[in-house]
Amino acid sequence: MSLFDHTIKEIEAKLHNKEITVQDLVDESYRRIKEVDGQVHAFLTLDEENARAKAKELDQAADTTASLFGIPGGIKDNIVTKGVRTTCASQFLDNFNDPLYDATAVQKLKNEQAISVGKLNMDEFAMGSTNENSSYTPTRNPWNTDYVPGGSSGGSAAAVAAGEVLFSLGSDTGGSIRQPASFCGVVGMKPTYGRVSRFGLVAFASSLDQIGPITRTVEDNARVLEVIAGHDEMDTTSANIDVPKYTEALTEDISGLKIAVPKEYLAEGVAPEVRESILEALKVYESLGATWEEVSLPHSKYAVSAYYLLSSSEASANLARFDGVRYGVRSENADNMIDVFKKSRSEGFGPEVKKRIMLGTFALSSGYYDAYYKKAQKVRTLIKQDFDKIFEDFDVIVGPTSPTTAYKVGELIDDPLTMYANDILTIPVNLAGVPGISLPCGFSENGLPIGLQIIGKYFDESTVYRAAHAFEQATEHHKKRPQLGGAN
Amino acid sequence: MADISKEQVKHVAHLARLAVTDEEVEQLVDELSAIIDYAEQLNELDTDGIEPTTHVLDLKNIMRKDEPKEWITQEEAFKNAPDQQDGHFRVPSILGDS
Amino acid sequence: MNFETIIGLEVHVELKTKSKIFSPSVNEFGSDPNTNINPIDLGYPGTLPVLNEEAVNFAMKAAMALNCEIATHTKFDRKNYFYPDNPKAYQISQFDQPIGENGWIEIEVNGKKKRIGITRVHMEEDAGKLTHGEDGYSYIDFNRQGTPLIEIVSEPDMRSPEEAYAYLEKLKNIIQYTGVSDVKMQEGSLRCDANISLRPIGQEKFGTKAELKNLNSFSFVQKGLEFEEKRQEKVLLSGGEILQETRRYDEKTKETILMRVKEGSDDYRYFPEPDLVQLYIDDAWKERIRSEIPELPDVRRRRYVTELGLSEYDANVLTASKQMSDFFEEAVSHGGDIKQVSNWLMGEVSAYMNKHYKEIQELAITPEALAKMIQLIEDGTISSKIAKKVFAELVENGGDPEQIVKDKGLVQISDPEQLKEIVNNILDENEQSITDFKNGKGKAHGYLVGQIMKATKGQANPPLVNKILSEELSKR
Repeated sequence: MSLFDHTIKEIEAKLHNKEITVQDLVDESYRRIKEVDGQVHAFLTLDEENARAKAKELDQAADTTASLFGIPGGIKDNIVTKGVRTTCASQFLDNFNDPLYDATAVQKLKNEQAISVGKLNMDEFAMGSTNENSSYTPTRNPWNTDYVPGGSSGGSAAAVAAGEVLFSLGSDTGGSIRQPASFCGVVGMKPTYGRVSRFGLVAFASSLDQIGPITRTVEDNARVLEVIAGHDEMDTTSANIDVPKYTEALTEDISGLKIAVPKEYLAEGVAPEVRESILEALKVYESLGATWEEVSLPHSKYAVSAYYLLSSSEASANLARFDGVRYGVRSENADNMIDVFKKSRSEGFGPEVKKRIMLGTFALSSGYYDAYYKKAQKVRTLIKQDFDKIFEDFDVIVGPTSPTTAYKVGELIDDPLTMYANDILTIPVNLAGVPGISLPCGFSENGLPIGLQIIGKYFDESTVYRAAHAFEQATEHHKKRPQLGGAN
Repeated sequence: MADISKEQVKHVAHLARLAVTDEEVEQLVDELSAIIDYAEQLNELDTDGIEPTTHVLDLKNIMRKDEPKEWITQEEAFKNAPDQQDGHFRVPSILGDS
Repeated sequence: MNFETIIGLEVHVELKTKSKIFSPSVNEFGSDPNTNINPIDLGYPGTLPVLNEEAVNFAMKAAMALNCEIATHTKFDRKNYFYPDNPKAYQISQFDQPIGENGWIEIEVNGKKKRIGITRVHMEEDAGKLTHGEDGYSYIDFNRQGTPLIEIVSEPDMRSPEEAYAYLEKLKNIIQYTGVSDVKMQEGSLRCDANISLRPIGQEKFGTKAELKNLNSFSFVQKGLEFEEKRQEKVLLSGGEILQETRRYDEKTKETILMRVKEGSDDYRYFPEPDLVQLYIDDAWKERIRSEIPELPDVRRRRYVTELGLSEYDANVLTASKQMSDFFEEAVSHGGDIKQVSNWLMGEVSAYMNKHYKEIQELAITPEALAKMIQLIEDGTISSKIAKKVFAELVENGGDPEQIVKDKGLVQISDPEQLKEIVNNILDENEQSITDFKNGKGKAHGYLVGQIMKATKGQANPPLVNKILSEELSKR
């Protein structure tokens, strides 16, 4: 059994009992990275020197009470880290060696003495669902390296699943935490929009992006979110609402919990074994004293269209700053200003990023704004209302995270519309802004994890965690480990 | 198929400051048309009288006090700069184009 | 064919908040390049804007002073365009819900008063500053990036370059009074673009307009428009067509030069800024700002004439600058005689300012000191002539006039016995002048007065000197 099979709480006890040191934890992290990352490719940049120095320092510290004291984690590479290269898995930022500041979420982790071991692979600028859009070597699924880990936070999910770190931060714009968590058999939370500061998260779609934790257990997840959540003066859209003690909400008592199951979430497009798994999960919930009813999210089928228009439009503006003037890689083939812009951007961005910038620019351009962008914003209102209505009568919504298990590498690369459509179960959650978690609820016949999605009311991550924790504790799925590199 | 022309693709690429080869233009015509086609399904919905959502949270009047704060040095400002001289960011002359 | 000129102006005014509109960098003119910046100003990945409340207050104040209706609900939008001085490649601006709309100001040209409408006042961030080298490169300083701006768009209500000039003077005057900006064109805190078109008299439809840029002073605005008026008239009379184009004014050749022809309108792809939230401005907020607006120039000018009894001309000169006018008010409040304070300000003080290119607030003299000095003249402690010496000291080094008079021994000699002695000493030394005087040469009297003043370093009380000299001469 690896050290990282323990929960953070257990590790904390071991540290307090002096059974282990922080340096042991950091050693274990780099040992495992060296052992398996050649197969998984979860990391883009390691911060080993700093991490080891920090571990040494913490082992001397008198006060060990910080809530993530000495816990090694990884940071998705679209979350900026002072003095540590941050590329967003894009060639444009290949030389972005010092973003000059820490994202608020990173700063909060540091305040609680967590240790960042490095930066995690992703789809370029978080655009993608497979990690195949990384401009570096794409991450592979630790359960079977012929399969994708999902995306865009594929590195974040794979690193946790492979036992390289105890937790990671990801970002979720249309499912980018939950879908890879589902594909990699780990726990991934997209908090309510505004729960975690976006300051330092390289923006993809500002009105949808949220940072969230990926961990092996619900309890660990709650612990990390407790640390990174909260109002931030540097992010106007972060809500000034108190952060409850999520770890204290994990009571295991969910009797009376009212679960809504949207019929659209078990419809035709959902793979039979995924549907089976969800129905099994609902039985578990029944056995725990919860009740469930079928409901409808009538506008969810429009979510993918609305999402691609809105997110691409915002992205077209958010990614315009990558112009080769102040940072990033300036094209060497540019001898006039227009070429500095055009060539630096064209050489620096991959095809998916360019496509979305084109789509977004088109949707915002004169004559099309009302038909596409504004229309999509109105549809967003309808989708949000669907959720509001359900939450008048229910505590949580439950369904699959993704209609399928992980794809084979290359499987959907030439079928973008199907790939987009497969985000149908996660996207509505971002459009509504409510919190959603994915946790393991079974395995497919070929041994790939299946994810259960639990969606909650605005700022009610506590109930989501409680429901997730109760299920997790009643089942064994979270105890299974991928067989990578022999050990573990 | 949605009606997106090569000319439109070229115009949009220019607005987005992306250089596109003829081959890429052809491909983008197809890809964008397919996505826009797919997005046309939104027109099935009657959205008259529906307010557009820019923010899901009903936040308003979030502002900061007018207090200056030091943050980075001039040296740091140039740490990632592709080109600089005498305390300025440097680019090829912009006279004549943009 | 006779044409009517149609002019509309777009004026950008920088607001002098302490920090920038969306970042906490210092908002200051004249610092070393790229020192008043942070990752937000540089458009670093992951940074977010946070709105400076004071920028909203200032914008609202300016809009109110320009008689605008203030929005109850407003927001910010992204205006997308690439330019090396625009670090995010979008400018945060206000598109369809400006903070102020439907304002106006009154101008006066050749004794005729006229209202010029103000379409809108909106908030936005300034861009960095580009300098073009001779070496094939352009250089960027981002200090100015993020300075709060308001853009004031006028209605096309002006009918002559002279009216445009008057509008700018008036606009500058009003904004200066509100205290939200330095409105210095030479420092770029006020910038102006002008739209001008011609139409045959009697025609309702506007002609095609040209936009003038690079107008670096109010008089260049006027000159540029005058040139453009003639150019367009010539084109139209020769049967030509005006193109929708951007032209710049060349100060050397005094001509407008074509920069580019506009093809359709620019596509800025405006959309609501998702990083900022809605602004609701309730009545209490509006009233608080309204109550902070000081007396504006028109009101003040009227008051100077009706209540203080100053001439229209004096009132105009004194209120042309808020600093001058405030100085005046303060000097008067310290007991300075209204007419005297006014005369000194328009005379010696202005002459000094012009000679040394200084603003009144940069002078060492305080309003209180000026008032005191005037009182010293009035109570006979010093003569007007000595006062000039006192003023010279005050304006350079400041201080208390009474103390200066004392330290430098400038007190007027008004003691008859003391003067009598001085007069007789001079008479003793100038026998020839006495003889000349007796022989009816009037000039000799003046010469003797001069000698006395010289001997007393100008401190002798002039009327008394005259009187005593006459008496003593008659005794000889």
